Amino acid sequence: MERTDVTLLIGGEAGQGLATLGELLARSLVRAGYFVVVTQSYQSRIRGGHNTFAIRASTEEIAGPRESVDLLVALNTETVTLHSKELAAEGLIVADAAHGTASANCLQVPYQELGEQKFANVVALGVVSLLLGLDQDLVAQTLDDVFGKKDPQLAKKNQQVLTEAFNWCGRQTVDFPKLPAVDNPAKRLLMNGNQAIAMGALSAGLKFCSFYPMTPATSIVLNLAAHAGRMGLVVEQAEDEIAAINMAIGASFAGAPSMVATSGGGFALMTEAVSLAGMTETPVVIVVAQRPGPATGLPTRTEQADLEFVLHSGHGEFPRAIFTPGTVEECFWLTIKGFEVAAQYQSPVFLLTDQFLADSGRAIEPFDLDNLAAVDPGIEADTPALPYHRYALTASGVSPRLLPGMSKHLVVAGSDEHPVDGHLTEDLSIREVMVEKRMRKEQGIIAEVVPPEAQGDERPDLLLVTWGSSRGAVLEAADQLRNETTRVGTLHFSQVWPLVPDHFLQRFQDAEQVVCVEGNAFGQLARLIRRETGFALHSRVLRYDGLPITAEYIMRELGNS
Amino acid sequence: MVTIEDYGNYETAWCPGCGNFSILDAVKSGLVASELEPHQVLFVSGIGQAAKAPHYLNANVFNGLHGRALPVASGAKLANPNLKVIVESGDGCNYGEGGNHFLAAIRRNIDLTMIVHDNQVYGLTKGQASPTTMEGFVTKAQPEGVASAPFNPIAVAVAMQASFVARGFSGMIEHLAGLIEKAIAHEGFALIDVLQPCVSFNKLNTFAWYKKRCYTLPEEYDPSDWHAAMGMAMEWGEKIPLGIIYRQQRDTFERRLPVLEHGPLVGRDTDLGELKKILEKFA
Repeated sequence: MERTDVTLLIGGEAGQGLATLGELLARSLVRAGYFVVVTQSYQSRIRGGHNTFAIRASTEEIAGPRESVDLLVALNTETVTLHSKELAAEGLIVADAAHGTASANCLQVPYQELGEQKFANVVALGVVSLLLGLDQDLVAQTLDDVFGKKDPQLAKKNQQVLTEAFNWCGRQTVDFPKLPAVDNPAKRLLMNGNQAIAMGALSAGLKFCSFYPMTPATSIVLNLAAHAGRMGLVVEQAEDEIAAINMAIGASFAGAPSMVATSGGGFALMTEAVSLAGMTETPVVIVVAQRPGPATGLPTRTEQADLEFVLHSGHGEFPRAIFTPGTVEECFWLTIKGFEVAAQYQSPVFLLTDQFLADSGRAIEPFDLDNLAAVDPGIEADTPALPYHRYALTASGVSPRLLPGMSKHLVVAGSDEHPVDGHLTEDLSIREVMVEKRMRKEQGIIAEVVPPEAQGDERPDLLLVTWGSSRGAVLEAADQLRNETTRVGTLHFSQVWPLVPDHFLQRFQDAEQVVCVEGNAFGQLARLIRRETGFALHSRVLRYDGLPITAEYIMRELGNS
Repeated sequence: MVTIEDYGNYETAWCPGCGNFSILDAVKSGLVASELEPHQVLFVSGIGQAAKAPHYLNANVFNGLHGRALPVASGAKLANPNLKVIVESGDGCNYGEGGNHFLAAIRRNIDLTMIVHDNQVYGLTKGQASPTTMEGFVTKAQPEGVASAPFNPIAVAVAMQASFVARGFSGMIEHLAGLIEKAIAHEGFALIDVLQPCVSFNKLNTFAWYKKRCYTLPEEYDPSDWHAAMGMAMEWGEKIPLGIIYRQQRDTFERRLPVLEHGPLVGRDTDLGELKKILEKFA
C-alpha cells in the first residue's frame, strides 16, 4: 500500500532539537525526489513551550501546507494531547514508549533502549524515515553531511543509533503506507524563503547589510554573515534599526549595494530613513518579514498585515516598489529584481514576506547562475556633462550617478529640498521641479512591474485574489473547488506596488465573484485595489490568528467543507 | 598643492557673529594642512544650523537626518575606506537625537572624524535646551530652568576609551584647525567637541564667558594617561581645558574586518563560482 502525499508533524519542546530532526527529514525527502512544504510554528522562547515542525511531502508538485496530519511524531506527551485531533483517519502517532500513549494507532518507540537521551532525534529520524519508505543509505548520508564533519566520534555514534532505529522499526508490524519511490530523482535544493532572499541578494551583488536582530527576519542576515568573507561583503549588527538603515544608505551612497532586513516593529523605526532614501535618491533594498502586530504582537507567528504600513512608510512623496514573493523561488528572483529596480531608479525597494514563508523549506530547482546577468549598479562609467550635478534633470527623472571619492567630481546629496547640485534651497519654484523629477521615476518603475500571475479559468464563477505567501493555499483551494462545481480562477500579486490596472482589472470584471484571500483583518490588498481602481471585491477570506492560510481554511471560510 | 581657495567661499544662512563662521574657517584650514583635496573628503551631517556647514565648502556631502550622521558616515566609510569621512553637526543632533550612535561609534572605532558644534542650545528651533545646556538655564520651553544635568561628551568619550578625544573653541581658530588636522591624521574614531557661542539664543555661555574660562592644556600634559584624562574631562566651570584630552591607538573596526583587506567594497565583482559552492550546500 502506498500514498503519494503525506503530512507529518513533529511536536515537542523548544530545546529538544525538533527543528534539526525536521531539517534532516526534509532534506532526506528532497534528496529522494519528493516535493516538500515545511511549516514551522514555534513559541517565543528558547527552552520549553510547544513547537511544531510540519512537513508535507509528495511525489507531485505541491504549493502549500495541509492541516490534516498523517504521521504525528510526538517528542513529548503534550504533542499527543494537542494534535491528536488533527490526525487523519488512517494516521499514525509515533510516541515514546515511556510516555505510555497506548492506542491502536500509536507506534511506541523504546527510545531509551535504542540510544542515549541525546540521540533521541536520530532514533526518531530512523523510525520515521523507514515509515515513509526512505532509503537507509540516503538518510545516513544526509545525517553525515549535516553532522559528520563536526565530530567523527559523534558521527559514528549517530550512524549506529540510526541503524538501530531502522532495524527496530523494520521488525515492527505497522500499517502505515509508504511513499512510492521516485526513480532517478531530480536534483533539487531544500531552501526556505529567508535563505532564498539571502542567496538572491548575494547573486545581485549585495556588498553591505546592516541589521538589528528581529524575528522572523534574522536568519536572512545569519545566512549572509555565514558567507560574508567568501563573498566579500560587510554584515554589521547595528545599535538599532535606525542606525541599520542609515548605515545601509551611507554604504549605498558610497557605492556598495545595500540591504536591511527586519520585521514590523523594527521597520517602524526605519521609516524616517525610508523617506531619506527617497529624497536623496539612494538605492536600498528593505526586507520586511511580517509577523502579527500591533506592537510586539505574536513574535514568532505569521501575518500579512504590513502591506499598508510599508506602502505608506516614510513622510512625503516619492516612488517605491513593493515585491511580495509567493514562493521560495520568487524570494530569490524578486530579491534580484529588487536590487535592479533600486539601482536603476535610485529608490527604496521593499520585499514583503512573512514568518510562514521565511521558515518554510521547499524543494526547488537549482538556480541557473550561469545565465544570470549581473545587476547593473547604475553608476556612470563615463564622465557626465560638467559641472557634475547629482540631481541633474532628465526626462526619466533618473540622474546620472557618480560615487564620492571615485573621481574629481563632487557628489552632494541632501535631505533638504535641493536644486540639481544637491545643496540646500528654499526656492519654491525649484521645489516644484524637483518633486516632479522624483515622481517621473515612477513611470520607469511602472514599466517594470511584475504582472499578477493568473491561473485557471479566464471567465470564472469565482476569482480568488491573493498576494505573498498565501499563493500556495489559494492555488490548492482553487483546484479543489474546481473539482467540485465551478469555474475558478486565481490571481496572485507578487508585486503590490505600483499597481497597474491594465494587468488585472479586466479579469476582475470578467469574474462572477471576486474574493480576496489575505492574512490580515482589514483586507488590505482589497482596500488598495478599490482605492486605485474603484473595483470593490465581493468578499474576503481573512486570517489573523497567527497561522498561515491553508487550502482547508479557505474551503471552510467559503462554506465548502 | 591644496589651497584654502580650493574649498571655496559661500554665502551662509547663519546669524552674523555666529561661532559657526570660525569653525568653518578652522575646518578648511585643517583640511588644507592635511593636504586633502575636496574630492577625497566626504562630509556627513545631520540637521541643525551646524549641520549646514558642509554646504558651505567644496567636498562630497551627505546631509542626512537629524541625529543620524554617524551611521551614514559609518556605512560610507566601510563601503569605501579610502574616503576621508568627517561628521559635522551640532550638540543636539549628535548627543541628543543621535546619542546611541555616538556610543556605538566610540565602541566600533571606525576611522571617522567627528566635529561637534557645541553651543549648549538649540539654534534652528529657536532656543530650547540641548543635552549640554547647563542646569537652571531658562528657555521658553524650560521656563523654570533646565532640570536635567548636562551631558558631558568629553567624559563619556574618555570613559569609553574613545581613541581620540579633544575640545576646541571657536574663538581660537588656529588652535582648532590644529586639532582638526590631528584628528584627521588619527586612525580611528576622533571626537572634537567645539565650544561656540550662539549669539541669538545663548545669553549665558557667550564669547566672553568662554574666553574667560578656556585655556589650552600645557605641553607636559600626557593625553595617553587615562586617569588623568578622566580628571581633565570633569573640569568644567571656572576653567575649561582645550586640546587633546585623551588619545590611544587601537585597531580600527576596518582593520579587524578581513573582508576589507582586499580593498573597498565599491566596484567589487560578485564571485559566482563561490556562490555556486554555497548553493550546493542546500542540496
